[in-house]
Amino acid sequence: MSDPILEITGLNKSFGPVHVLHDVDLTVRAGEVTALVGDNGAGKSTLVKCIAGIHPTDSGRVAFNGGPVSINGPRDAADLGIEVVYQDLALADNLDIVQNMFLGRERGSGWLLDEASMEKAARDTLASLSVRTVKSVRTPVASLSGGQRQTVAIAKSVLWESKVVLLDEPTAALGVAQTRQVLDLVRRLAEQGLGVVLISHNMADVFEVADRIATLYLGRMVAQVPTRDVTHAQVVELITAGRSGDLGLARPESATV
Amino acid sequence: MTDTPTAKDPGGAISDFGIDTTSQSSGEAVRDYLARLRGGELGSLPALFGLGALVIVFWLLSDSFLTLDNTANLLAQGAGKMIIAMGLVFVLLLGEIDLSAGTASGVCAAVMAMHYVRSGNLLGGMGSTVFYVFVLGLVVAAGLALYMRIWVGAVMAAIAIAIAMLGVAPNAWIEMLLAVSVGTAIGVVTGFLVSKIGMPSFVVTLALFITWQGVILQFIGEGGVLGIGTEPTLFAVANGNLSVLGSWLLFLVAAGGYALVVLGEHFSRLKRGLVTMPTPLVLGKVAGVTVISALATWALTLNRSSNDFVTIRGVPYVVPIVLVVLVIGTYALNRTRYGRHVYAVGGNAEAARRAGINVSKIRASVFVVASSLAALGAIVYSSKVGSVDPQAGGLNTLLFAVGAAVIGGTSLFGGRGKVFHAVVGGLVLAVVENGLGLLKQPAAVVNIVTGLVLLLAATVDALSRRRAAVSSR
Repeated sequence: MSDPILEITGLNKSFGPVHVLHDVDLTVRAGEVTALVGDNGAGKSTLVKCIAGIHPTDSGRVAFNGGPVSINGPRDAADLGIEVVYQDLALADNLDIVQNMFLGRERGSGWLLDEASMEKAARDTLASLSVRTVKSVRTPVASLSGGQRQTVAIAKSVLWESKVVLLDEPTAALGVAQTRQVLDLVRRLAEQGLGVVLISHNMADVFEVADRIATLYLGRMVAQVPTRDVTHAQVVELITAGRSGDLGLARPESATV
Repeated sequence: MTDTPTAKDPGGAISDFGIDTTSQSSGEAVRDYLARLRGGELGSLPALFGLGALVIVFWLLSDSFLTLDNTANLLAQGAGKMIIAMGLVFVLLLGEIDLSAGTASGVCAAVMAMHYVRSGNLLGGMGSTVFYVFVLGLVVAAGLALYMRIWVGAVMAAIAIAIAMLGVAPNAWIEMLLAVSVGTAIGVVTGFLVSKIGMPSFVVTLALFITWQGVILQFIGEGGVLGIGTEPTLFAVANGNLSVLGSWLLFLVAAGGYALVVLGEHFSRLKRGLVTMPTPLVLGKVAGVTVISALATWALTLNRSSNDFVTIRGVPYVVPIVLVVLVIGTYALNRTRYGRHVYAVGGNAEAARRAGINVSKIRASVFVVASSLAALGAIVYSSKVGSVDPQAGGLNTLLFAVGAAVIGGTSLFGGRGKVFHAVVGGLVLAVVENGLGLLKQPAAVVNIVTGLVLLLAATVDALSRRRAAVSSR
């Protein structure tokens, strides 16, 4: 097993009076897919946004590649090599694939963008991920299908010197064939040595691609276990009740909500 | 580059994007274009068709419409609003609106004219209270620009302060600089209110629209007129022409430069195996532009005077002015990081924010661009009339400018548009105004027709947007 590339300990986050994340620990390893599961409102998306620097955290330590780091904004996370693919995609419809992939980090000087180099790099990245469904990298994103958009969003995240990619429900709005494409892509990211965090509600997807499963229950991290050590039913129990046999919260009556 | 290991045989993998490269034939490109049109990406096509239709209609109805004299006159009439519209394209790209662009341009015109009429003594022209408030406003604008880190805005506001305080002797160039720098300062204030305070641009600019109207009245006085027709340079801006030699030099620079840039880029992309249009289409486009501009230059260098004792020939100065703004604006939007970010914020502000783009600065900056260009437009339209009165920039100046941008194909919903659209739309509106005037139609008819044309353009925009939303799913 490889060393953790991203390790979060004791992370707390409140929105006003609402305490959303309680002392959350999360370990992400390079070359592995870590599935982050939990019921609606368990805090999955909030956790991802905290890691990405979109939400400031109240307390907690983040270690990256073994060393402590502080993430105070999206720029810090990006500089570390943490990329997030959001549920709502964060692509600009009116721009084409190349422009979207390099958005905010365009090549060339500010006065003259280096379109040729960007276009080539975008094409190489899509090719390295074996993306074959996009006709031209100069297609505006508005005219792509849901699966193609998701593909572009994921490809965008690996274009950089990224080490960790967080995917927030990448298959939520997709059909069967498109889900397959995206899951293959997720697996390929891990094979290329990235640490991948996959948020999903779909247990079939999780068991298919994930190496480890981390379960959030009402803002608490109740279990982080290798996929092969748990069954489908156990994970569902962890999600809904926070415990399953020896796993999860030890004594439910002591757990204050 | 990327740290992802590239595929074993990148050549093979990249061939999946084979259609990106030269394999696209002209036929395929045309079919692609038609598919995009059906998908709702109309661009300036409806406006170009409309322009053609209007020209034919007025040509049939009026003998004096398609004369050389009237054509040159039409260009000069429309140029001022066209330039204001080019600035508004930036604002519209973010899905915002600047209702104050018209009256803000009037303020710039008034300050410029007062500087000339009062021989550089703005203090005497405004009265001390108004003058100090005016300078204080400029200082505030400079401060806001520094706060927002829009350095150009700070520099321009400082220039305006310097010219106002020093009482520089009247000089046409100084006066034009003053007008533009006052425009920039106005834009800084608008941008601050919209992006930092967070008020909807509609409300901010509606309030400023009325405010600036009052300011113009304060500067000029009820029923007053500031004549600038006696200053040769200021008068020549919209009424002068290039010499015949100058006209052909302009043709060489403009058409040659266009051909050089388009062909140079095309062949360099072709050589590197990047997405290109088919070569025949590119050559056709360049040839078309060259032939049309050559014909236009030739026609405008003929004598168009109706009087035997005077010769009027040469391309009007407004043509190179509009061309320069068009080229710089297009370059800024298409080739610079700033332009890319403007499109991104207009397309999806949240995506832009997550990509690390300073959204509020971009939002403020487009108002600075719009007001600065509005000031340039004010110079042109004031020059055409030869004077500035309290109605400068009022009435339907703004309607025309917004209308020009929208008619040309810029979307009111943000994210789609080009500076070129403002030129096409501006020509459409100039043709309507001029043509109906020649047909001796009263102002009522002109306004009704102009309003309906704008309504039609907005309808096309909304429908094509809906079409695009449907076809993408």
